Amino acid sequence: MQIAPPDFDPLFAALADHTRRDIVRRAISAEEGVLELASHYPMSFAAVQKHVAVLERAGLITKQRMGRRKVVRTNLEALLVARRLLDQYEELWRARIDRMNELIAETAGAIDTVDTKESKE
Amino acid sequence: MTVTAVLKDLQRLTLTIEAEFDAPVERIWQLWADPRKLERWWGPPTYPATFTKHDLAPGGRIEYHMTGRAGDQAHGYWDVLEVEPPRRIVLRGGIANADGTPNTDTPISTIRVGIEEVAQGRTRMSIENVFPSTEAMEQVLAMGTEEGQSQAVSQIDAILAEETIQR
Repeated sequence: MQIAPPDFDPLFAALADHTRRDIVRRAISAEEGVLELASHYPMSFAAVQKHVAVLERAGLITKQRMGRRKVVRTNLEALLVARRLLDQYEELWRARIDRMNELIAETAGAIDTVDTKESKE
Repeated sequence: MTVTAVLKDLQRLTLTIEAEFDAPVERIWQLWADPRKLERWWGPPTYPATFTKHDLAPGGRIEYHMTGRAGDQAHGYWDVLEVEPPRRIVLRGGIANADGTPNTDTPISTIRVGIEEVAQGRTRMSIENVFPSTEAMEQVLAMGTEEGQSQAVSQIDAILAEETIQR
């Protein structure tokens, strides 16, 4: 089973639009079809359908059969990957900030008299 | 705690981290403006950074590499978009080839740094990182890890596999 597209760029381009982000949020509970989703937005059914198609192509949502209906469901795995990476990035910056603090503590009291902006390559 | 706020936007792939330091604005500015100071905090002790070019002026360029214990090097660059000493820097860049030229196959991310005085001798720094894709985040993360790039490349696969098992 293909759980996420190998190329993630279209995924986040798909999320650059406010309506599409809202659709992704609503579709987490996977209760509504395209018709019900369309009722939330001041735009035509066709326009909402187009947004859904963009999200579907990006792998962010899938249409799932529920009895006689088809509901739109958010593909959470794609969003979880993004969260995991942002968490790692937070750790990276926290470690950098710790090192900044050490550096500042080390030079505390010492007055920087050297104007480093003047140093040339 | 030095870090005062962390904001993650999953959909816009943005991490904003805010920290406060007991030091005046100028000293915090020097952490970025002085390449010798910059390289003491940019890379972890296991992957120290060396800045070979550091032209912190609008239109300028910053080039660096990080060296692992095995002698392996990962290169990176920043184009300097905006500089307002001592309070603002906007950089855009990514992975570079060994000669310092941008690796055009890899995505470009943006860093916005803001520095402001919150009280006498106390300075707040905010760093906003904006990524174009999760792939871009992976590549940047891979530069600062002891395991090196090869492991991080397979990281997404591992995460996806794990999420699948949990379902």
